[in-house]
Amino acid sequence: MFDPTAQSLVPPAVAHRIKGRSDRTIAWIFVAPTIFLLLAVNIFPLIWPIRLSLTDFRTNRPNNPVHFVGIENYRKILTNPDTWASLQATAHFLIWTIALQVVIGFTLAYLLNKKFRGNDLWTTLIVLPMMLSPAVVGNFWTFLYQPQIGLFNYVVAFFTGVGPSSFSMIGEVALAPWSIIIVDTWMWTPYVMLICLAGLRSIPDYIYEAAEVDRASSWRQFWSITLPMVLPFVMLAVLFRGIENFKMFDLVVQLTGGGPGATTQLTSIDLKREAFEKWRTGYASAYAVILFVTVFGLASIYVKALNKVKDR
Amino acid sequence: MSFSITDPSPRQKWIAGALVIAYAVLTLLPLVWIITPGFKTPSDAIAYPPKVFFSPSLEGYVNLFTSRTRLAPEDLLKLGPPTTWYDTIVRHYDMVITGPSRYGERFLNSVIIGFGSTFLSVVLGTIAAYAFSRFKVPLKDDLLFFILSTRMMPPIAVAIPIFLMYRQLGFNDTHLGMFLLYTAVNLSLSVWLLKGFIDEIPIEYEEAALIDGYIRFQAFYKVVLPQAATGIASTAIFCLIFAWNEYAFAVLLTSGTAQTAPPFIPTIIGAGGKDWPAVAAGATIFLVPIMVFTILLRKHLLRGITFGAVRK
Repeated sequence: MFDPTAQSLVPPAVAHRIKGRSDRTIAWIFVAPTIFLLLAVNIFPLIWPIRLSLTDFRTNRPNNPVHFVGIENYRKILTNPDTWASLQATAHFLIWTIALQVVIGFTLAYLLNKKFRGNDLWTTLIVLPMMLSPAVVGNFWTFLYQPQIGLFNYVVAFFTGVGPSSFSMIGEVALAPWSIIIVDTWMWTPYVMLICLAGLRSIPDYIYEAAEVDRASSWRQFWSITLPMVLPFVMLAVLFRGIENFKMFDLVVQLTGGGPGATTQLTSIDLKREAFEKWRTGYASAYAVILFVTVFGLASIYVKALNKVKDR
Repeated sequence: MSFSITDPSPRQKWIAGALVIAYAVLTLLPLVWIITPGFKTPSDAIAYPPKVFFSPSLEGYVNLFTSRTRLAPEDLLKLGPPTTWYDTIVRHYDMVITGPSRYGERFLNSVIIGFGSTFLSVVLGTIAAYAFSRFKVPLKDDLLFFILSTRMMPPIAVAIPIFLMYRQLGFNDTHLGMFLLYTAVNLSLSVWLLKGFIDEIPIEYEEAALIDGYIRFQAFYKVVLPQAATGIASTAIFCLIFAWNEYAFAVLLTSGTAQTAPPFIPTIIGAGGKDWPAVAAGATIFLVPIMVFTILLRKHLLRGITFGAVRK
C-alpha cells in the first residue's frame, strides 16, 4: 500500500547497495597494489637490464664514463667459451636431475597408490627434505661429503668396499657434477612424486575395471591406461623442475661453489661472478637477458607441447 | 564398503609398503645426520667411523649463541670458578663468554621478514585474485601471463637491477627493502594459486548475497573469504617457506642489519672450519620450525602442491 509517510520509496537493502562502491572501483582498488608492487619490483628489473646490457657500465666504478656499446656485450657472451661451459654444466645437471627425479618419483607414487597401511605418515616423512632451505642443505652436505669423516663416503665404503678416503665427491672433477645431482634429487624427488600421485589418483577406477572385464593384463593396463593418463602430470612436473633447476643457485653455490675449477659452475653462478664479483654490470645484464629469453623460449615451446598432450 | 577387482592384493600392498619405507628411511638418514651433530662434541662430530652412539652435549648450541674469546691461563684463574652450566662448558676450552652471537638477530630477521612478507603477499594476493576471478579486468590474460613469467627469471638476474635500485633508494640491507622484495616475488605465486582456488568457489553464493542486499565488498568478505580459507592457508604456507628459505637475494642485498639466517649459517663454521656442532645446531634450529609446520599442515601443503597440476 502506498504510504505517504514513508521515509524513502527505495527499500533500505537496495539503497545500501547503490551507496556501496561500484564493481569497477572495487576491482581497481583490489588489483592496484599488486600491480604497482609487481611493476616496481618485476617490470623494472626486466627493462633496466635491457638498457644496461647495451652499455659497458660497471657498478664498482660508477664514475667511469659509460659508453653505449650496442650488441657488443651479447657478442662477447655468445663467443665466450666459459659461457658455453656453464650452459653445458647446467644442461648436464638439468637432464640428469629431471630423469632421476621422474623415474624415482613416479615409482614412489605408483607404490604409494597401492594404499598400504600408514602411507599418509610415510608420505609426510618423505616430503620433508624439500621443505628445507637449499642453501643450508648445500652447506650441510659438504659435511656429509667429506672424504675422511663424511657419512656419504662411509656408507659407500660400507657397501662397496672402496676405501672411504679414496674419493671425494666435491673435490674430484669427475664426481662433482654427480654430487650436486644427488643432493638435488634427494631434495626434490618428493615433489615429482606428489604430482605423479595426484595424476595417478585422478584416473577413475572404472577404466581399470573395464580393462579387467576385457581381460587386459596388468602390464597392458599400465601401458595403455596408466602411463598415458599420467603423462600430462609428469610433463608438468618436468616443466616446474626444469625451470627451477635452470635457475639453480643456492644449493650448488654452498655445496661446491662452482665446483673444482668450473665443473659445476651453473649459469646462475657464472652470472653472479660476472655481476657481483667482477662487477661487469653491462655484460652481466646482457647475460641475464640471454638467460631469460632462453628459459622463456624453451618454456613456451614446452607448454605448447604440454597443451597438445592434455587435449588428446 | 565396496570391493573393486582393481584393488591391489594384500601381497602387493605389503611389497609396496616395504619399498616405500625403505626409501623413506634412506632419505631421512641425511636429515638425522644434520640434527644429531648439534648434540655431539666437536671431536665426536668428526669422528670416524661415524659415531651412532655418543654422549650428548650442548656444546654446539652454546657455541652457536655466544661469542667467546680465549684467555691466558693466569687471567682465567683470576676470574674464579664458572657460575653457570654454559660457562662451565666454555671454560673447558680455556675460553670465556663475551656476549651473544649474531645468530639470534639473524633468526629474528628471518622471522620478521618471513612472516611479514607472507602476510602482505597473501592479503594483496587474495584481493587481486578475487578481482581477476570475478571482474573483467582489462588485459587480464596478459597480466596473468606476465605474473607467471616473472617466476622464470633467475634470482641473480633480478638481483642486478634491484641491487642498483636499492642502492639509490637506500634500501640496501634494510628490513623494509627485503620485505618489499619478498612480497613482490611471492605475489606472483600467491595471485596465481589464489585465483585458482577462488575460481573453484561457485559464483552463485555471491550472486545470492548481492541480491539479498550486500554490497560487493561485503559479499567478498562474508561469503568468499570463509570458503577460500583453506586455499589461503595453502598459499600462505608456500609463501612462508619461500621467504624463510631464501638465500640468493639475502646474500646479495644484505650484509648485517637485515641479514636473515640462510646466508649466515654457513659462516658459523668458524675460522678453523671445525665447529660442525654449532653449524648443525644453527641449521637444526632453522629447519625445525619448517619441519613442524610441514607435519602439522601437511594436508594444506599437499593440496597446494598438486593444485597447479590438477586444475586447468
